[in-house]
Amino acid sequence: MNAIVDFLGGDIVVTAIVKTVVAFAALLLTTLIVVWAERKVIADMQARIGPNRWGPYGILQTLADGIKLFFKEDFRPRTADKWTFALAPVLAMVPSLLAFAIVPIGDHITIGDRRIDLIVADLNIGILYFLAMGSIGVYGVVLAGWASGSKYPLLGGIRASAQMISYEIALGLSLVPVVLAAGSLSTVDIVAAQAGSVSNVSFFNGVPVLEQIAELFSFVPNWYIWSQWPAFFIFLIAGIAETNRAPFDLPEAETELIAGFHTEYSGIRFALFFLGEYVHVVIISAMAVTLFFGGWGGPKPDFLPWIWPIGWFVFKTGLFVYLFVWLRATMPRLRYDRLMWLGWKRLIPASLVWIMVTAVVNTEGVSRNARLVVFGILFVIVLFWLGKGDPRLTGAVTPQRRRVHGPS
Amino acid sequence: MPITYLLILSSMLFSIGVYGVLARQNAVLILLSIELMLNAVNINLVAFSAMFGAEGVAGQVFALFIIAVAAAEVGVGLAIVILIFRNRSNVDVDEMSLMKW
Amino acid sequence: MVDTWQLVVFWALFAMMGVSALRVVTSSNVVHAALYLVVTLMGAAALYVLLLAEFVAWVQVLVYVGAIIVLMLFGLMLTRAPIGKGMFDNDQRLVAAVTAGALFGVTTWIIVDAFEGQKITLSKATGIRAESIGDVIFSSFVLPFEVISMLLLAALIGAVVIARRD
Repeated sequence: MNAIVDFLGGDIVVTAIVKTVVAFAALLLTTLIVVWAERKVIADMQARIGPNRWGPYGILQTLADGIKLFFKEDFRPRTADKWTFALAPVLAMVPSLLAFAIVPIGDHITIGDRRIDLIVADLNIGILYFLAMGSIGVYGVVLAGWASGSKYPLLGGIRASAQMISYEIALGLSLVPVVLAAGSLSTVDIVAAQAGSVSNVSFFNGVPVLEQIAELFSFVPNWYIWSQWPAFFIFLIAGIAETNRAPFDLPEAETELIAGFHTEYSGIRFALFFLGEYVHVVIISAMAVTLFFGGWGGPKPDFLPWIWPIGWFVFKTGLFVYLFVWLRATMPRLRYDRLMWLGWKRLIPASLVWIMVTAVVNTEGVSRNARLVVFGILFVIVLFWLGKGDPRLTGAVTPQRRRVHGPS
Repeated sequence: MPITYLLILSSMLFSIGVYGVLARQNAVLILLSIELMLNAVNINLVAFSAMFGAEGVAGQVFALFIIAVAAAEVGVGLAIVILIFRNRSNVDVDEMSLMKW
Repeated sequence: MVDTWQLVVFWALFAMMGVSALRVVTSSNVVHAALYLVVTLMGAAALYVLLLAEFVAWVQVLVYVGAIIVLMLFGLMLTRAPIGKGMFDNDQRLVAAVTAGALFGVTTWIIVDAFEGQKITLSKATGIRAESIGDVIFSSFVLPFEVISMLLLAALIGAVVIARRD
């Protein structure tokens, strides 16, 4: 036993390597399960059976697919750019894997007398790292589109880069209020900031009825979903757009672009794109949990106290992955101009307004009256904005609009 | 680590950028070379910041400012390049001689 | 021991950045040139991490690699970057090479003359955290910060106005 302790806890480098390998393996395994789960859930929603041949409930289906894809011929179009073509699938997958490094999947375990935090790297600028990895992820798609040397992939690649750059801005801006509220860019600190109870928020102290109501909710954890729900919805929408999944799957819209940027890819390279997408889904889910749903926080019984946080984390992340699958089975694809409209004219202004509000409310010394006025103004703005009835949302194109654009 | 190493790396990148700006014909490639030069400046700033330790924050702040300026420069630059491409369907700077004497 | 490793990593980065920077200005394929620039910029980011400037390093990755170069690639694709070789150099390559070489020689000479023997000593304590950068930006450098934000706004509007098809 001592040897193992020495091995694990003796050297910081060894700990880091073990953590990395374990996280990598766990993430890949999760991804395989997620792929299977998606097929099974969507099949259920469409009244089909879904994979049912390999293993119990077809759980080995992904593995079988992977093996099949691995042994397929490595096909490359003659017009393709050799190195870039080979590089693109790797670039699509690796950044998502790397982003997992800053996700705290549990509290900490103690081996011997050494404390091991269940996070690969607690960076002091963790959120920035997450955004940076997300922005590198664009390369895989763009380069795949360009390097294939054919029309549809190029169109898919251009669409993808425009979409991902646009929604990356909203994604980044939606994280700013959370960082403001937590006062730290480190994911560990953000999870720690959500550890308390809602009744710790002293905003309603001194107001007769509201005080009692706030007291009633003392069992509710102080997750950022309560105080930061606009940021959460912006994050979620932008996150779905970042992963290029339905209803934002325009880069690979099969009815328009065959398969978009990965039309020319087959075999193991296609498998990398495919896996990359699911790793990305897992990462966005894990980040949503970490930032807005208290991370690994949850009731912690005495029995095996270190395993409960991991269980809670996996459970919450699983719910978000299910949401992704559910959306894919439910939502129709957006039209391209509406996608851009949503990103630039709704999500980005909304996140900017929300940053303003959070900044004002979080400033020390701002009185309750001032905060209430800010919330009131925000409420009016939201009502005005929703009530405007944009024709692009309702789908009605007025005759005048049609005339302006002409017959072209 | 001697600071001269970093400064020489920076001056090397800057010189390569200068070569690129002078020798390239495609407008986008010239923009890429300008990025190379801005990056060389950033390396300089961060190197000096590291040399001064905790008092060297200003160097990093200016590096951040330069990154922001680079973003602005690329935005406008690419807009111009795309406009030129739309009007002349190529982006060779040597052929943009319409206003030249 | 740490110093040795630092130097090893530095020279590796030096070689990587030098080669890729040269490829940026000599590559005959525009997209490859942009990708070599990405390698150079990532090398610079790694260098910043080596110099304990984590914040700048990740901003570099986020803004430079993730936004600026992607925008460049976008521009290249919109201007129909062909796959394969093209001639993107003009006829003043020799002059350019001499100028760049002279610039490199002169600056190197000046650098060695001025900073010979000065060393960077790095320890965890001297690394600058994101908090102190924020403090400085919003106290001493608040005016440049505002100017930069105005510049970005102007660039944003300018880019829209220029590229708009009407």
